Amino acid sequence: MSPAPDRFRFVSTDRRVREDRRFAVGKGNFVADIALANVKHVALVTCPYPAARIKAIDKSAAMAMPGVHYVLDGAELGDATLPLMTGLDHPNVPRRPLAVDVARYAGEWVAAVVADTRALAEDAAEKVKVTYEKLPFVLDAEEALAPGGVLVHQAHGSNVLLDKTFVWGEVDKDFAASPRKLSLRVKWGRSSTVPIETFGVVTSWDPWRELLDVWASIQMPRYADQIGIALKIPVSSVRVHHDVDVGGSYGVKRGIKHTILTGYLTRRLGFPVRLIEDRLENMRGGDAHGPERLFDVDVAFDDNGIIRSMKMRALENVGAYAGRSPFQLGKPIGAIVGPYRIKSVQYRAIAVLSNKTTQDAVRGFGQGPTNVAIERSMDEVAHVLGLDPIEIRRRNMIRAEEFPYIIPSGTIYDSGDYHTVIDKVLAHTSYQDLKRQRDALRGAGQLAGIGIAACLEPSGGNATFEALLNPAITTSSFLDSCRITIDGTGAITATMHTTSSGQGHETLVGTVVGEVLQIDPETVRIARPDSLTSLPSGTPVGSRMAIMLGGAAFHAATKLKSKLTAIAAHDLGIPLERAVYADGNVFDRNAPQNKRGWSELVQIAYRNFHRMPADMEPGLSVSHVMQVPTGGKLPSADGRVHMYPCTSFEFHMILMSIDPALGLPKIVIYRVGHDCGTVINPKIVRGMTMGGIAHGIGAALYEEFAYDGEGQLMAQSFMDYLLPSSHEVPPVEIIHHCTPSPNTVLGQKGSGESGYLGAPAAIANAVNDALRPLGVSINTLPIKVSVLGDLIAQAQER
Amino acid sequence: MRIELDVNGAVRELEVDPRTTLLDCLRDQFGLTGAHAGCEHGVCGACTVLFEGVAVRSCLMFAVQAAGSAITTIEGVTPGPGELSVIQDAFCETHGLQCGYCTPAMVLVAHALIAGNPEPTREDIVEAISGNICRCTGYAQIVEAIALAAERMRGANRPKDARK
Amino acid sequence: MKAAPFEYSRPADIDEACAMLAADESARLIAGGQTLVAMMAMRLARPSRLIDINRIAALSYIRDLGETVEIGATTRQCLVERNPLIAKRVPLLARAIPNIGHAATRARGTVGGSLANADPAAELALIAITLDAVLSYRADGRTADIPAREFFIGPMITTLPAGAVLTAAHFPVWRAAKVGVGFHEVNARRSDFAFVSAAAQVELADDGTCKRIAIGVGALTDFPIRLDGAEQQLKGSKLDDGTVQAAITEALADIDALADLHASAQYRRRVAINLATRAVADAVSQAQGQSRHAH
Repeated sequence: MSPAPDRFRFVSTDRRVREDRRFAVGKGNFVADIALANVKHVALVTCPYPAARIKAIDKSAAMAMPGVHYVLDGAELGDATLPLMTGLDHPNVPRRPLAVDVARYAGEWVAAVVADTRALAEDAAEKVKVTYEKLPFVLDAEEALAPGGVLVHQAHGSNVLLDKTFVWGEVDKDFAASPRKLSLRVKWGRSSTVPIETFGVVTSWDPWRELLDVWASIQMPRYADQIGIALKIPVSSVRVHHDVDVGGSYGVKRGIKHTILTGYLTRRLGFPVRLIEDRLENMRGGDAHGPERLFDVDVAFDDNGIIRSMKMRALENVGAYAGRSPFQLGKPIGAIVGPYRIKSVQYRAIAVLSNKTTQDAVRGFGQGPTNVAIERSMDEVAHVLGLDPIEIRRRNMIRAEEFPYIIPSGTIYDSGDYHTVIDKVLAHTSYQDLKRQRDALRGAGQLAGIGIAACLEPSGGNATFEALLNPAITTSSFLDSCRITIDGTGAITATMHTTSSGQGHETLVGTVVGEVLQIDPETVRIARPDSLTSLPSGTPVGSRMAIMLGGAAFHAATKLKSKLTAIAAHDLGIPLERAVYADGNVFDRNAPQNKRGWSELVQIAYRNFHRMPADMEPGLSVSHVMQVPTGGKLPSADGRVHMYPCTSFEFHMILMSIDPALGLPKIVIYRVGHDCGTVINPKIVRGMTMGGIAHGIGAALYEEFAYDGEGQLMAQSFMDYLLPSSHEVPPVEIIHHCTPSPNTVLGQKGSGESGYLGAPAAIANAVNDALRPLGVSINTLPIKVSVLGDLIAQAQER
Repeated sequence: MRIELDVNGAVRELEVDPRTTLLDCLRDQFGLTGAHAGCEHGVCGACTVLFEGVAVRSCLMFAVQAAGSAITTIEGVTPGPGELSVIQDAFCETHGLQCGYCTPAMVLVAHALIAGNPEPTREDIVEAISGNICRCTGYAQIVEAIALAAERMRGANRPKDARK
Repeated sequence: MKAAPFEYSRPADIDEACAMLAADESARLIAGGQTLVAMMAMRLARPSRLIDINRIAALSYIRDLGETVEIGATTRQCLVERNPLIAKRVPLLARAIPNIGHAATRARGTVGGSLANADPAAELALIAITLDAVLSYRADGRTADIPAREFFIGPMITTLPAGAVLTAAHFPVWRAAKVGVGFHEVNARRSDFAFVSAAAQVELADDGTCKRIAIGVGALTDFPIRLDGAEQQLKGSKLDDGTVQAAITEALADIDALADLHASAQYRRRVAINLATRAVADAVSQAQGQSRHAH
């Protein structure tokens, strides 16, 4: 199918992104731009040790400084607020904005200083004298897991937050029956999304209205709920402003602890309080790290390379508190076999605490690391059988005619045509030529490798993995909403009910509403009501907004179209089925000259009640609250559950060279085949995919929150945490394919995590293909220059 | 300290604390919030402004040091309310941005680049923006935006009948 | 991430700057500030007073003195980068400068600021060492010189006397016909501080043998070093890769290489040999090219 089916007017056409204008002139409305009168600034006092008992906090010198208003410690805040919500129920692992009694990672917040300016707050933070007693600490996940070691939370009795084994299908039987087996250990290093805007929040309490106003750089489901609950005020007293532009998030902007802290302070002190993390606070203690995961994979296969079964053990080092991290072991269950027909799977998911910074949600919610484990395994199987890496994938991939396809863990893949996507990529770039180029590079003294990765992007944000990992959770609703109003003059306003961080949601809503109502999308105003006037939204997580916000906008617009049609039919005195809506007008199918135009329909709806159909609500405002397609079921007793409604597909094919003397990798060619169903805005989808690939390049080669043996974070600044620049991201060609989803209104699937989910696997495979002639391999990400260089040198010496 | 700053062509006298960076001064005292704090240690480039026409990091300069010098911010290259410069329009045309946080700096770097090099190659553009980290786009559509803007500006500067 | 409070002064001339420095031992000069301001933001540097020498006109110039090219301490790196005299007379410097940071930091960063900062990985320090630059400073109303080889003594540590203002760097000009230069560095991202860097300048005799050679390596140790032993061995040789590599390997055999988050000691040592060999090879091939042009 063509990526731009001609049945659409606006959807899939190359239209500008309406948000871009304000950003191109520097008129975004970022949280640091919110200027409130009399606002005071927060700076944090942080623990310098990976584990320490807080013996005393002497605030007197700080409080005595001019311009300093308050020093808050964990004891006071802990008494006044409830611990932060976590998904797993571990009452003895409470997570709080400021450490109470014990600090559990270097950089953890111990006290907060409030002053007239941020600079003064930093001056005073230096003067807060904290007496610590250093405690033993544990950094490594395997060590933390071993019994008898250091406990991060004494009262919890172990460091294990989650240890659950799932067996889907006849794993033992399939392993026993398979002639060949292979084991592989893959490590995904601790990295994150690291947006260029740090997290920030401004809060202001109005005691006369009993209202807490919150402006935040946030991307978080149930944000207002969590604020109200932790601060012990009704959620209806919390007003989160959704019109704040978020300077990048990709999952990680979950500053709930920052918000509880400032929310408490503004109520306590009576003036607005703002906390804009600086980069050091952000890197060390913003609780925004991402997965650090060790995989042990066993695969059972036959001589033809058909994978019969897989066992995967995933050990996640979540850091000092639960955060969202343990759940990031859950989402991959919805695509645990990738795009392959693997009949049975055993999956053991273990989350352990350590004295490192807490994690939060990262683009793909754990799927990216899992894809590396699967895709590295595919390459190794191909290698031992002497099969081509593309051929082995073709042999194992689900075929187009097999959809909908149920995977062993219970998810039903909606649609796809993986073989065709591969064919299209290879038609675009000859595989033989690519191999010739690789061999030419090798001939010229370089190491060179081809990296293949095929993977899925589960999309739609049906987070039933929560219920799977914690049976106490019974959430099966994952909602998003849109309200569309045609006002009394005929102008249209549509709403969305969450913040955005660059995904172009306003453009999404405008395009869909325009498509359904057959009007220029640019004429649709998009508004973002605050949380008190919002309809339900699950926020932009789980690659869901095209599906969910796009879906809600589609349904609301369809309802509105039906209403206009019904009003016109009644006014024309014709049966409803004869009334045809076209371009904002409604005419009689049998006598097209009989019609009612837009203005007249507005006139009837707002001012001519006598012309309205009986029992019809006047006015032209409709809402739609949408449940996630195919959602609504809880996991079965045997640990199976259908998760995301859609699965996008991507196929990466890259050529990489490595200077053998330096270990310096260079991506020479990058191609990616991408199928996310119907593309609503091609510019946006392309940008997401390119950005995801750049982020994946970072995770694969450059980015790591590395700790030293003393528990100190070594990559605390942008000097040491290396984000890819324009030099490091090669030109990428995207080859599009469109397999519409049967589960969505326009056939769309998600693309917010595209590129990122496959790039690290492709790069790891390319590096290993390049290393193959040397007889060595590397399965630890990020693959750093120096490590690669040393590995090559050792191999060459042998 | 009392200093005079020439920002976007208007000279203003103001009182600044010596430790106030040019970035914080522009944002807090001039209300010009188009320059953004990303890292505050000179790596990400989100705070880029033009200092005497040259792209510099405003987080690595104290406002007192800029006294008497001409500063141009994103607000200064925007032609007028609701109007985009050719470069800004090109960023919109290619969607050379997503969240918008690094964008004003990218636009200013593009202005400085094209002013000195009306026919930048892809390599020139990649080099020019290499000091500005974008976490959203993977840079491709930014590079395209700058190339498109340069092409349009070259066309606009040629006599009409000489245009292609 | 805001700097701790400080006083700010802008002296009118070099001697006033010296006097201000002498009056307050916690005061610091600020030139381009591209390292210092970041350090101050992180409060890793907290001077009581910043003495801003950016506007002292007498410190910003590039002058052809025949045997050397003299560069004023506050001359912006971007001006050196674009200067035709530098390209012609000190081509090794011209070759190295684009590797310093980014265009936006070179727009502010100065030659003297980088030298005085003495980062082990700084390109300017490496070139100063490799070319035997001489650095001038002023203190107590007198001007004095220090050879670059005696200037750098540790990471971010120099022999510049307290209270002195670095005023200029003199880069020797190799005036012979067949001179070539080579420079290589490696880092994860192209614009970062180098894990290792190497510079070489070669003069060839008419018969193609090495008449004069300088090889420097940066970021390997606490400050850039010259490979004197290798230079001695290579003088008079044909500078074929094997000989060069052997000489450099020997010269680096007893070096204690730095190790950090980004690169191991063995990596640095091994790659230093490789990059220095490449730098010499580039220099030789450039020198040969020069001779072809000359004839």
